[in-house]
Amino acid sequence: MSRLFMFEKPLGMRDTLPNLYMMKEEVRVTMANEMKRWGYQFIETPTLEYYETVGTASAILDTQLFKLLDHEGHTLVLRPDMTAPIARVAASKLLKEKLPQRLAYSANVFRAQQREGGRPAEFEQIGVECIGDPTVSADGECLGLISSALMKTGLEQFQISVGHIAFVRSFFQEILGTDERVEQLMRFLYEKNYVGYRVHVDQLSLSSIDKQRLKQFLKLRGGPEVIKEAEGLLECNAGVEALNELKTLWGIIADYQQDALIKLDLTLVSHMSYYTGIVYEVYAGNVGFPIGSGGRYDLLLEKFGKAKSATGFAIRLDHLLESLDKPFEQPPLSCIVFSLERRKEAFMLAEQQRLEGKKVVLQDINGVEDIDACSALYEDITYLVGKQKEGSR
Amino acid sequence: MKDWLTVAMPKGRIFTEAAEMLRMAGFELPPEFDDSRKLIIDVPEECFRFILAKPMDVPTYVEYGVADLGIAGKDVMLEEERDVYELLDLQISACYLAVAGLPHTQMNDVAPKIATKYPNVAAAYFREQGEQVEIIKLNGSIELAPLIGLADRIVDIVSTGRTLKENGLIEYEDIVNITSRLIVNPVSYRMKDARISDVVERLTEVIEQEKVVK
Repeated sequence: MSRLFMFEKPLGMRDTLPNLYMMKEEVRVTMANEMKRWGYQFIETPTLEYYETVGTASAILDTQLFKLLDHEGHTLVLRPDMTAPIARVAASKLLKEKLPQRLAYSANVFRAQQREGGRPAEFEQIGVECIGDPTVSADGECLGLISSALMKTGLEQFQISVGHIAFVRSFFQEILGTDERVEQLMRFLYEKNYVGYRVHVDQLSLSSIDKQRLKQFLKLRGGPEVIKEAEGLLECNAGVEALNELKTLWGIIADYQQDALIKLDLTLVSHMSYYTGIVYEVYAGNVGFPIGSGGRYDLLLEKFGKAKSATGFAIRLDHLLESLDKPFEQPPLSCIVFSLERRKEAFMLAEQQRLEGKKVVLQDINGVEDIDACSALYEDITYLVGKQKEGSR
Repeated sequence: MKDWLTVAMPKGRIFTEAAEMLRMAGFELPPEFDDSRKLIIDVPEECFRFILAKPMDVPTYVEYGVADLGIAGKDVMLEEERDVYELLDLQISACYLAVAGLPHTQMNDVAPKIATKYPNVAAAYFREQGEQVEIIKLNGSIELAPLIGLADRIVDIVSTGRTLKENGLIEYEDIVNITSRLIVNPVSYRMKDARISDVVERLTEVIEQEKVVK
């Protein structure tokens, strides 16, 4: 192990300096306000959770968890996402009334360092969970809320791709028969390996019609017409229910008047086992990674002792900021430079300007080494220095 | 307005075949394309920007989204495991990954050593064979390793087998067949859907024609 330099941070950890902090805060507040307007209530959960509970229930792979031990020997994890902790709270505390819970959060989550730059090990997510509402309306609401909140942040170019895990499963199940074979084929989608998918399908002992159906499946991407195309691939009732859900969903999105932002992509498999129904990812121009994702996860709450359906999404604030690509405008900052003789006068002037809504720095003249550098920093600067009354410049 | 597409092309062996394939698909590429030393070549008529990268780096550019598309060997895809769509098998630059070594030799029982440019692929392969090996990563001229006693075996790309033969090495096992793939960034795949579909369709046609010829 080499000796650390004093400036070094653990791999993947980042500082947030004032400019970035202000930009981040602005976006966070805009998103949060929109979520509040839709009736979602913000909560906080601990940074550390038990590995046995939240750690294993989480959708994040085991290798990506930060683990540590408490003094009793229990393994702890730094929360890798917010969905599992919220499911824990909801199952144990909140779900007493038989009402859907609408919860929101903005919090830092932790993913153990991967191999290289561009992937922070700690980043902020802002998102919502709608727990206890099994209807497609809840999924539609989440999609509506994402678009509406993102538009409020000023993001112009983005797209949400929507898929349906239950459709993929039942369609594959009907053709392939066994869970094992379904998993195998789904893994190719999860790994985004279409070449491997086609080769695998060719090697299966299936009728040429079924092989063709499986290959056609890869083309189920686009607008609402995709639902019709998908129906054309079905031979019995398997998958019909899921497609009906998508039809309903499309109607909901159209009623929100946000269908222009949404595309269907039935090949989307964003996790091998976590999601159970409608799933989606959010993409924006000029960022190479999805800025957010979400979907229905009806099996998670069960792990915490309450079988309840749930759906929700998370937006990654770091990716969102990158895609906004707004030049940062430093809000105007005033400064009053004072000497001891006129301290009280300076304090009163500052208070008055602050009441007017200005941001005011009070600076003792003896604390400044370079007056020119200091005055270059501020929009306007007032000198209350020396004995005489006129000191402003 | 047409979206610009940035394509990461692998320099070296695959480049010529990949460029030829794009021309066959009807993309007008300038003649200086083939022997330019520039790293970035813009083709405004087609709204294409090509970046010329080391083959091993192509999936990295595509994963981070600085290139929308890329052409990468399956060997690189297996080694790098990047989060990108592998859309088409272009069926060019065919070769395979193999285990090779000096003839009539056994691997060391205690700590078999394998030299390779593909540490992940090699480790995974031997693990599947039920063998624990020690990997030594080299960046080129892998054939040297068994000749001078650095490793018992090598894992490397074989296209004609000539290099192995001339250095007195033989193949022990084939690992996997390799061809070049068209890969796509997941965000570009959605945001530039129409343009990418067009490229995919035109390349698919070329692949189909080639199949008929063969």
